[in-house]
Amino acid sequence: MTAIESAKKIKARFGDLISEPAEFRGETTLQLADAEKIAEVCACAKNDLGFDYLVDISSVDNYGDDPRWTVVYHLRGLRHGGELRIKTGVSEEKSELPSVIDVWKTANWHEREIFDMMGIRFSGHPDLRRILMWEGYPYFPLRKDFPLAGKPTELPGVAFTKTAPLEGGPFVTVAGGGDATGREPRVRPPKE
Amino acid sequence: MRTETEIGYNSKIEGDVIVTRVDAALNWFRKNSVWPMPMGLACCAIELMAAGASRFDISRFGSEVMRFSPRQSDCMIVAGTVTYKMAGAVKRIYDQMPEPRWVIAMGACASTGGMYRSYAVLQGVDNIVPVDIYISGCPPRPEAVLDALMKLQSKISTQPVLENLMAVKALKHQNT
Repeated sequence: MTAIESAKKIKARFGDLISEPAEFRGETTLQLADAEKIAEVCACAKNDLGFDYLVDISSVDNYGDDPRWTVVYHLRGLRHGGELRIKTGVSEEKSELPSVIDVWKTANWHEREIFDMMGIRFSGHPDLRRILMWEGYPYFPLRKDFPLAGKPTELPGVAFTKTAPLEGGPFVTVAGGGDATGREPRVRPPKE
Repeated sequence: MRTETEIGYNSKIEGDVIVTRVDAALNWFRKNSVWPMPMGLACCAIELMAAGASRFDISRFGSEVMRFSPRQSDCMIVAGTVTYKMAGAVKRIYDQMPEPRWVIAMGACASTGGMYRSYAVLQGVDNIVPVDIYISGCPPRPEAVLDALMKLQSKISTQPVLENLMAVKALKHQNT
């Protein structure tokens, strides 16, 4: 059973919640309208359709669009070799969706990383704490409104951060310089 | 025999006696047995391991063992990217090292943060510990590590050991 057939089965099961499966270069993507149902859709994919391997959970910050967050689940069936991608949208006011940890245990760390970097909470997660930054770090670094250089924090006894010096040097990438031509490091004459 | 101010030795006249200054003798002992504590955090650790292996033998220079316990080591070689999350641990390990202690910052990341000018990377380990020798490179060749060790040895040989000991003793005497 190929991925497209599995996707059509999921659509038949969940009806209006699931979009038409989109296919691009051999990859099948489904859009889920209601993020609250993600655990049921994933349980169906794992138990009925054999997608027993969660490759990755990722999140996208659509800064300026609504819903602000898109959470992307990459599934794979090890027995039949099919791959499937499920996307859900989460609004910024809510910033929460159910955890799929009951379906695949590996979702534990993927969801912790999403919480650490983006600030999206997962309800039903047994241990939702930061995994890359330290406990008590006040920001969510991979949001689009967080600068690459970082923001200064001060936590006596635990950790501290300072902004990294992005200026200086002729061969430094310009962050936010539009397209690649504007961003690429070129020899820049020193500003007087 | 070489005639240096530290060691004056003429075997014909003095036989088996070497005359030197206490400082010179203590520094000679210290510099020829610098036991490193490898704070190997990232890719530079691989080159540090290469420096410790047989081709670029670091124990030729007295660094016989890489002591992973800070209590038993002389020099902490910070080899790799120091993230803010790890910085607390690096500082704690440095605090546990007994005097005399030195720090070598190996590679671009330990010296200045390297190519990682970001929110998560400490821009140089000298923000938290005092560094004696910086090694540039990404990663530096094992020969560069050995050169840094030799520079550290020549730095150690200039330390006024006895003066410092006397000064510390005088301070203690003053306070009690």
